[in-house]
Amino acid sequence: MLRTAWLIARKDLRGEVRSRGVTNQVLPFAGVTMIIFGFALDANTDVLELVAPGLVWLATMFSLLLLVQRTFDVESADGALDAMRVAGGDARASFLGMAIGRAVQRFVPESLLLLAAVVLYAETIPLDGAVLLVTTLISATCGLTAVGTLYGGLAAGSKGRETLLPLLTLPAVAPVLIGATRAVESALGTGTATSSDGWQWVGLLTVFAVAFGVGGALAFGPLIDE
Amino acid sequence: MTTLDPADTSSNDAGDDLVAEARRTPATKATRTIGILTAVAMAFTLLWAFVFTGPDVNQGESVRLMLIHLPTIWVAYLSFTVTALASGTYLFTKKHSLGWDRLAGASAEVGVIFVGLTLIVGALWGRLTWGVFWQWDARLTTTALLFVTYIGYLAVRRLDGSHHQRAKRSGVIGLIAVLLIPLVHWSVRIWRSLHQEATILDTDLDADIDGILLTGVLVGVIAFSLLYVWLVLHRTRVMAMEDLLDDRGLDLALAERRAEAGTAARPTGEDA
Repeated sequence: MLRTAWLIARKDLRGEVRSRGVTNQVLPFAGVTMIIFGFALDANTDVLELVAPGLVWLATMFSLLLLVQRTFDVESADGALDAMRVAGGDARASFLGMAIGRAVQRFVPESLLLLAAVVLYAETIPLDGAVLLVTTLISATCGLTAVGTLYGGLAAGSKGRETLLPLLTLPAVAPVLIGATRAVESALGTGTATSSDGWQWVGLLTVFAVAFGVGGALAFGPLIDE
Repeated sequence: MTTLDPADTSSNDAGDDLVAEARRTPATKATRTIGILTAVAMAFTLLWAFVFTGPDVNQGESVRLMLIHLPTIWVAYLSFTVTALASGTYLFTKKHSLGWDRLAGASAEVGVIFVGLTLIVGALWGRLTWGVFWQWDARLTTTALLFVTYIGYLAVRRLDGSHHQRAKRSGVIGLIAVLLIPLVHWSVRIWRSLHQEATILDTDLDADIDGILLTGVLVGVIAFSLLYVWLVLHRTRVMAMEDLLDDRGLDLALAERRAEAGTAARPTGEDA
């Protein structure tokens, strides 16, 4: 199963490198979102510094929707999902492979969003918060991509998927938004948050990622086996 | 699950039977009895709200809203639990009966209406007691999250595809979404929110509420639960008819046209 998952993840990443979807679409979208947030909050640096962790994860969620939509559109158009079913591959492995592929693709925009927060919103990253920041990034990304892959697979190829995907995904990832925002606040030392507070939220993010990873792997088969 | 399961009628091709089947109403003697009981229980709830329950020391007249607010959220929890159980039964049994899927869908539809009612009544109560319609409080926010999650569930049910595709897709969502209920219920403890802690369904099983009001709430719970059963029974049967129409819509239309043509061509007594 792991070998199949690895093959699928590699296929997705190779496709991404060739099509440059993240570079050409997802990254500019995430960047524009961060700038627009600045306009909406009247470019008030004090406010932006305070709300930066939340804005980073909001931009992450919006760009996740774009990424999931785009990758599943490509797979639906090429009949890749049907081909995987015909090939008789394990649906759990397909799910894991897709989720891993998307998670790797997410790390680039997320790192750049954090960088954008440093540049645009005058955030500083203390050295003792760096480990917490990286751990938060990994655990939150795994949770987000597990949800995105599950619901993306469900909505793939159906009419109205553009509206259905956010409707399903955004409420489901609300715990990640809360947990990741609080953990990043702790890592950056925003307000009165301390680094030790953040690890509780990382625990929540990890539980969420494992629950949706396992649940998604089990549910993916019935969803695409139609 | 229902007498109108398309599978049950697959062998019957007679147009007249189809027309007769389609003209059946979703009402039965049982649903009529439940309907009457619901109306009586609702009347008792109103009586309790406006006659027996007096104004509260702190909440004033707004306390009467509790006789709707608590029963509606109870029914919403019940609805979504039934949705999850029915979804699980559809997904994990070999027969994959669509009756369970329809029960899940009907229950979720009713649940969404009741969560919506809870939010509206809660907002009215909040305006009277807290001075604002909405607070970014953990209980309110997670309830709103529950509401939009099940709107998503209903949207999935409307996706194009076969009945079994619908059942599988929505079944998975139904099983995932129910996990929100414990989060909503215990959110006041987890986040120490503005909303008071559980009044009746508390872990120490000691209802922290006035006796008259508690009785009124229990009458309300019975009334709204009966309403739930009545609505779900009707909706499940209507869904079965919709599925039947989807499956055999063309046969039905042809049969109706033939029936009309036969009536028009038949000579009447005056013509003879």
